[in-house]
Amino acid sequence: MNAKGTVFKYGDNVDTDVIIPARYLNSSDPAELATHCMEDIDKGFVQKVKKGDIIVAEKNFGCGSSREHAPIAIKAAGVSCVIAETFARIFYRNAINIGLPIIECPEASKGIEAGDEVEVNFDTGIITNVSKGTSFKGQAFPEFMQKIIASEGLINYINSK
Amino acid sequence: MTQKILAAAAGLDKVEAGQLIEANLDLVLGNDITSPVAIKEMEKFTAKGVFDKDKIALVPDHFVPNKDIKSAEHCKCVREFARKNEITNYFEVGEMGIEHALLPEKGLTVAGDVIIGADSHTCTYGALGAFSTGVGSTDMAAGMATGKAWFKVPAAIKFILTGKPAKWISGKDIILHIIGMIGVDGALYKSMEFTGDGIANLSMDDRFTIANMAIEAGGKNGIFPVDALAEQYMKEHSDRPYKIYEADEDAVYDAEYTIDLSALRPTVAFPHLPENTHTIDEIKAMDRIAIDQVVIGSCTNGRLDDLRIAAGVLKDKHVAKGMRCIVIPATQAIYMQAMEEGLLKTFIEAGAIVSTPTCGPCLGGYMGILAEGERCVSTTNRNFVGRMGHISSEIYLASPAVAAASAITGTISDPEEV
Repeated sequence: MNAKGTVFKYGDNVDTDVIIPARYLNSSDPAELATHCMEDIDKGFVQKVKKGDIIVAEKNFGCGSSREHAPIAIKAAGVSCVIAETFARIFYRNAINIGLPIIECPEASKGIEAGDEVEVNFDTGIITNVSKGTSFKGQAFPEFMQKIIASEGLINYINSK
Repeated sequence: MTQKILAAAAGLDKVEAGQLIEANLDLVLGNDITSPVAIKEMEKFTAKGVFDKDKIALVPDHFVPNKDIKSAEHCKCVREFARKNEITNYFEVGEMGIEHALLPEKGLTVAGDVIIGADSHTCTYGALGAFSTGVGSTDMAAGMATGKAWFKVPAAIKFILTGKPAKWISGKDIILHIIGMIGVDGALYKSMEFTGDGIANLSMDDRFTIANMAIEAGGKNGIFPVDALAEQYMKEHSDRPYKIYEADEDAVYDAEYTIDLSALRPTVAFPHLPENTHTIDEIKAMDRIAIDQVVIGSCTNGRLDDLRIAAGVLKDKHVAKGMRCIVIPATQAIYMQAMEEGLLKTFIEAGAIVSTPTCGPCLGGYMGILAEGERCVSTTNRNFVGRMGHISSEIYLASPAVAAASAITGTISDPEEV
């Protein structure tokens, strides 16, 4: 499995309130949540994002509330993978559970800029910055994680076992 | 301490940091925002029903009483699920309170429990010596269906609290000081274990506040040793048996910090991160920061001690002209007790308003949303961009004493000086 797309780049401590503000949490519809994704940190994100694009951030991505609406909104917006130096722990669990690929890689976080074309190989954990001709080694996705992602989430995966 | 509780829940003699385990759950919690997503996930399960109708707590509290049609639909979904599955601990308007104040008060969380909740502040129950942690809706769904959850055993950081805090220093000042010191990811994936002789000087409400904000340092959980005060609390509120775990003398910690509580000063976290802390003395040396609104409430600081302290500051005084001061008792029982003690009268006479229990403004739901450029001193737990309203509004996190003092002066103030 691979992800390939254009990068949206953010800094440290991107919290779940800016990923999907609470004023929209009266909905749990993924498509509706996606229309407000990243609104309070990057107003143009929703207009610019294309299917397959990749978010790259620095430390503690997804800190704050436990709202699963945050990874749901990112996934429904078309994002194929989130790369960060570190993730907040509840966001990390939630992303895997709903089948949004995420990968921790401090070197990639430093070596990738907004607008770069990036490719991620989930089997090897290799992140390639196609624009700059550089590559980084992130952690490969364990088999069960790849299966959860392929099954579109934990519940489907449990059912299929 | 956390590792011992997790080992017992996983049926193992011993676990180590980094180990992946599957643990049995004593309680699975959800609210009106996270439960509907979990309920939708539950429907996908081929196996139907819940693992134990007595071990699930559903507390609509965030946008309740319903703020709009969509929130009403969410609450309806939770209500119907609770009815269909005969959930014992579903709390309707009139019975409810903010989940993390309500559940200990109802005796549903005790020492030794393993608790997951689809709300990040589930870590609050560590004040009673339980392992409790926030998860998302899918984990909640799997927990409700199977009674189990997987965990990566966390490493621990030890915080040794010593000495006696001065008059205006509360649990809020202590935890803000700690977050200021280690940062919002200072305890990422880790257990924050509090210990030391200073704990004897902290009320249960102080301890709930401290454990509650472990997540704001990135912590997986925050946990206190169980002393006589904690035991008394559990005996008063619960008829469930509890189990006390103690950290080994030679327990391994990733880091240790000693904090002299007697040296702490009232502490305020400036926008837009809980780690941006300043003491009241530093603030006095800055230009005056004019405030439009004060919120006293939330799962962090809406308990009885908090209201008593705030009322003590506001007694026979009045909030500044043009100030909106919003007081939100966290549960019906706290509300009632505050009424009997005359605290609500003090608030209203001082020009504040008192609301029914709700998370309301803390997460920008309703009951006090900020306009462009407005500033709020709040006893809540997060001051992220846009958290309480417009993205240019600002939240200053503080204790109930500082919040009440600031309501009187219209600027961030020392309770000693009003």
